Amino acid sequence: MKIQQSVLFDAPGPKAQRRILATNVLGIILFLGAAAFVLKGLNDQGQLESELWTPFLTADVWQFTILPGLMNTFKAAAAAIVTSVLFGLLFGVGRLAANRAVRWICGIIVEFFRAVPVLLMMIFFWLLLGRLQIVEPADTPFFAVVLALTLYNGSVIAELVRSGVYGLPKGQREAGMAIGMTRGQSLRSIELPQALVAMLPSLISQFVVILKDSALGSIITYSELLRAMQIYGSAGPILQALTVAAVLFIIINFALSWVAQKLSGLLSSRTSGKTRPASAPTLVAKV
Amino acid sequence: MDSLTEYFQSYLTALETYNVVGALWVNIQLTFWSALCSLVLGTVLALMRISPVPSFRWAGTAYVNIFRNTPLTIIMVFCILVAIFQLQLNLSSDFNFNFFLWAIVGLSVYHAAFVCESIRSGVNTVPLGQAEAARAIGLSFLPAARLVILPQAFRGAVAPLGNTLIALTKNTTVATVASVPEAAGLMKTMIEFRPDVIMAIFATFALGFVIIVIPIGLVTTWLSNKLAVAR
Repeated sequence: MKIQQSVLFDAPGPKAQRRILATNVLGIILFLGAAAFVLKGLNDQGQLESELWTPFLTADVWQFTILPGLMNTFKAAAAAIVTSVLFGLLFGVGRLAANRAVRWICGIIVEFFRAVPVLLMMIFFWLLLGRLQIVEPADTPFFAVVLALTLYNGSVIAELVRSGVYGLPKGQREAGMAIGMTRGQSLRSIELPQALVAMLPSLISQFVVILKDSALGSIITYSELLRAMQIYGSAGPILQALTVAAVLFIIINFALSWVAQKLSGLLSSRTSGKTRPASAPTLVAKV
Repeated sequence: MDSLTEYFQSYLTALETYNVVGALWVNIQLTFWSALCSLVLGTVLALMRISPVPSFRWAGTAYVNIFRNTPLTIIMVFCILVAIFQLQLNLSSDFNFNFFLWAIVGLSVYHAAFVCESIRSGVNTVPLGQAEAARAIGLSFLPAARLVILPQAFRGAVAPLGNTLIALTKNTTVATVASVPEAAGLMKTMIEFRPDVIMAIFATFALGFVIIVIPIGLVTTWLSNKLAVAR
């Protein structure tokens, strides 16, 4: 924020300060007006009635709707986080392998799964697992969610690992070579540990993506938070139920992002890599 | 060998029954309009976030933090169940087109937050001297932004904007929640009716997205190198 402010304007003089103050007041009126307009519209439709909102403060709704939903969201997200980190490490190291064939195969797999929409994979695995009947029918949506999230996010993490190692100064590897390590040894004991520390903030941002994308599971009948709230709200308070679900997601993701930001500052002294890499042109996003 | 030919034959009949290209075309249309809307909205938000006016900055930051941290699925479900069914906010009298428009609204408000952040990261690539020079020749905030900062910022933002565009392309599948007849929904229908060729069906749709997404990645990477301001 500080940098940005200094990029665009310097310390305003008395005249500019008055102008900024006037625009500020205008802005406040504008935004409050917009908020009032929306609230009035909702009120006219009877959406602000207290009986539509108060259920979400009762223990019953929390016990039977919100908490079970949250639990399932966390369950899927946690499982997907563990498996996609493993997947990412495996294929990230594979893309750095000395063997050209291994590098190519890992590269193709990673690029493929980054280009295919998560929802497409989720629906596919859901129907496939249901057909193959290798897991309990009731668990099919869970496994489909975790599989799809793993393949996509694991591929993104593989890219993080690779760019983390590339982002290290060349001297690190050269130092490893100089003391007689093989390429693999220096990768394992010098480069990867530093790369992993450097990528930790980006990794946590990716966890936010996993958590958000787990809501896609509602489409394939996985009873996570969104689906639980959707079912609860279908009796009437749908606007309220979805708003509460969104607020919960925002709080959790905000906390995670905050941790990521703090970590990037803390960790910068523990690695020779960049904890906050410049937005390198990657082929597929991690939005 | 026979079973392979047979498999291929039944895959072909499945392809003939359903319009895969048409569904992917809907995704491309969704991508195009949402990209346009979110680019406009995202630029306005970025301007707000870098402006000297506190209330604008605050509103921009609040928007980005809210929509970036909300799952797109919730936004999409909200557009359909709340905006259309409960509040009866119709953007078009045509039933199906209404859903299509609301899907674009949902995709746009979500991705505008990411566009805003991309442009902001582009603004970060503009050296301080550029803004100082703009100030020195007497330009105030908006002219300086329009003539000096934003043109360079957009060039620096091509790569992150490209990433957002790719994410948007893939996220158009979430419009299936809004019962827009796009690829993910069609794939589900196809697999349900033709489970015998499930692998081939998934491969077709996955390949369709690879074919759409990879060129976007290549073009934006090429553009970002070509347009990069040499400093």
